[in-house]
Amino acid sequence: MEFEPRIVGFLCNWCAYSGADLAGTSRIQYPPNIRVIRLMCTGALDPIYVLRAFLEGADGILIAGCHPGDCHYLNGNYKARRRVAILKEILKELGLEEDRVWLRWISASEGQRFADTVKEMVEYLKAKGPSPMKNPIL
Amino acid sequence: MARIGVFVCHCGFNIAGVVDVKRVVEEIKKLPDVAFAADYKYMCSEPGQNLIRQAIKEHKLDGVVVAACSPSMHEVTFRKAAASAGVNPYRTEIANIREQVSWPHQNYPEEATLKAIEVIRTIIEKVRYDESLIPLGIPVIKKALVIGGGIAGLTVALDIANAGYPVILVEKGEELGGKVRRLSGLYINFNAPDGFLEEKIKAVMEHPNVTVLTRSEVKEVGGYVGNFIVKVETPSGEKSFDVGAIVVATGFDLYPLQALGEYGGGRYPDVITALEFERMLKDGLKRPSDGKEVKSVAFVQCAGSRDPQRHRPYCSKICCMYIAKQASLFKQKVPDGQALVFYIDIRSQGKKYEEFVQRAIMDYGVLYIRGKVARVYEEGGRVFVRGVDTLSGRPVEAEVDLAVLANAVVASPGTEELAKRLRVATDAFGFFQEAHPKLRPVESLTAGVFIAGAAQFPKDIPETIAQASGAAAKVLGLFAQRELIQEPTVAYVVEELCSGCGLCIEACPYEARALHPWKGIATVNVALCQGCGACAVVCPNKASRVRNFTPLQYLAMVEEIAR
Ligand SMILES: Cc1cc2nc3c(=O)[nH]c(=O)nc-3n(C[C@H](O)[C@H](O)[C@H](O)COP(=O)(O)OP(=O)(O)OC[C@H]3O[C@@H](n4cnc5c(N)ncnc54)[C@H](O)[C@@H]3O)c2cc1C
Ligand code: SF4
Ligand code: SF4
Ligand code: FES
Repeated sequence: MEFEPRIVGFLCNWCAYSGADLAGTSRIQYPPNIRVIRLMCTGALDPIYVLRAFLEGADGILIAGCHPGDCHYLNGNYKARRRVAILKEILKELGLEEDRVWLRWISASEGQRFADTVKEMVEYLKAKGPSPMKNPIL
Repeated sequence: MARIGVFVCHCGFNIAGVVDVKRVVEEIKKLPDVAFAADYKYMCSEPGQNLIRQAIKEHKLDGVVVAACSPSMHEVTFRKAAASAGVNPYRTEIANIREQVSWPHQNYPEEATLKAIEVIRTIIEKVRYDESLIPLGIPVIKKALVIGGGIAGLTVALDIANAGYPVILVEKGEELGGKVRRLSGLYINFNAPDGFLEEKIKAVMEHPNVTVLTRSEVKEVGGYVGNFIVKVETPSGEKSFDVGAIVVATGFDLYPLQALGEYGGGRYPDVITALEFERMLKDGLKRPSDGKEVKSVAFVQCAGSRDPQRHRPYCSKICCMYIAKQASLFKQKVPDGQALVFYIDIRSQGKKYEEFVQRAIMDYGVLYIRGKVARVYEEGGRVFVRGVDTLSGRPVEAEVDLAVLANAVVASPGTEELAKRLRVATDAFGFFQEAHPKLRPVESLTAGVFIAGAAQFPKDIPETIAQASGAAAKVLGLFAQRELIQEPTVAYVVEELCSGCGLCIEACPYEARALHPWKGIATVNVALCQGCGACAVVCPNKASRVRNFTPLQYLAMVEEIAR
């Protein structure tokens, strides 16, 4: 059987989550590999959630929010951008694969962009194979 | 142990056509804490909502998950339904299995069914730890601040005062009345504005509910809708006011003459702005350069407007009409004089506006030349206006005593600083930004701050007054509420965990946090908090949390779906 990556998506309520809704409303099809957790803002994403998701068995993490300048809470997405950059550095330091974490800006009107992002990510992760970060004890 | 009810909607075939809803219900029933699960054709219908209410009562549910369309569709509907049967609305959550499951995965019924189950499981985790909350009630100070004493500000102040509420009217200049005070006569009947303006000013000055502060400016704005604290600098020192609503009516300015060099602006004394010409129409038509009687005038429309390359791209909206008025008034005063109007095209959208322009041409003999002016210069005491008549294609040159420019209308000076103080946005050209161009034209994006008149965009008097009354109505709507209802999903601080490091105070984009004066821990002003969660992430001790969006909940959800 072909490997099906498991993606956890952290989407901000005002942009990316609405964009994902629009993809559905427009009947744009994308692979069912993503599971979504709604955040009010990407600025509310604690990197711990990402690490936990990897330990639990996620193969990839998509963090998506409003385009720069468009955050509903003024600057949450800038905070997220900084935080994700640091998270990736830490993963690299630990010898883990930082390219399994994707940060994307997707507006409420970009249903197609959301679907394309998921498609692209699924293909990328299929090529990469399962994440080695899954904790065997859990 | 929680007692959670799960209600799976078919949405006709929208969900049930892809997701095996029966199987979903069977799987969900097996989960701990799920006391009840059922599916139904249309959950949002009256019978669907009844099913939820009944199940809540029969099975003593204390939490509800509705697996249906996106929360943006019916979260409110289902929270209301659950609340009416006794489940706290904040322990009622939506699992989005239509927009994010059945619709985008139409060809994968098996995967979609499994995904629906997982999505529901995560939302069950959230509900498990959801607190019962009650919406916050925030009191409203029923007093308004109006900034700017032009026709817009006067109208707003009077409307609010007449409804029985106190108003503070702050005007930067010496006198009330704004630009209208400087106009000679108004379209469409040439009447001088003095009568109605004086009447309005008198009504405002004498009104027991209005405090007028001239030569004053707003220096500081704190607080939030219903509870602003404003510091005003007045000639007799700084004064502080508590107000519930703020209306910005700071009007407009004209594009500087100096910036219109190609039209001789700022270079020749006999090239003037239309506002200066208004004064001449009142005080006498003498040339600024030599005091000679003005016998011929060339009016240049769109001076700086509709010129994206060099100046402003937008249409200043009021010029077509006031130029027709000024040209007609000039011909009334100097019947043997000559009035030429250079225009790109005439925009006369308003009741009886087109007829007014036609009268300028037919009754007053104003000569309209369709063409863009290329250059205005002065030679030997005469003003030359050069352009191309775009109807005939021929170059035209007019020799006149005076050129009047219809300078583009721009934002009033100081708008940028005031906008910052009010925490409201300005648009690309510096005007105050309305909350929505079509649907919310008198509100700003900051709750409790409204916009009236030319401060938003060029407007003539009827439009200004209409918007001013609209803004006043919005303020009165706010004042009609006993208290403002706010979402209770705001931040709080676990006192035992907080070390008082203050990181959260810096992180908060709404200045909702402060250090407690003697406890040395962070506090939250719930009326200002928007629940963004920025403080929760930066807190090194996990002491700052947003209600019903806690780390415990997120981690439980992550565990449920990452596996
Ligand atoms: C040449 C010309 C001719 C016109 N002729 C006509 C006509 O015939 N008919 C017609 O309907 N319209 C006419 N208009 C348009 C008319 O002038 C405007 O519709 C009207 O002035 C808009 O009123 P307002 O109160 O919004 O702004 P303004 O008249 O600009 O008033 C704004 C007020 O706010 C004050 N202010 C500014 N900033 C601050 C601050 N930071 N703090 C405190 N106070 C502040 C200003 O001092 C001013 O008193 C004409 C305009 C021009 C330029
Ligand atoms: S949730 Fe956001 S708005 Fe509220 S206190 Fe925290 S940082 Fe400020
Ligand atoms: S960041 Fe946390 S510990 Fe520091 S002051 Fe804020 S709530 Fe207290
Ligand atoms: S609200 Fe979308 S990123 Fe902040």
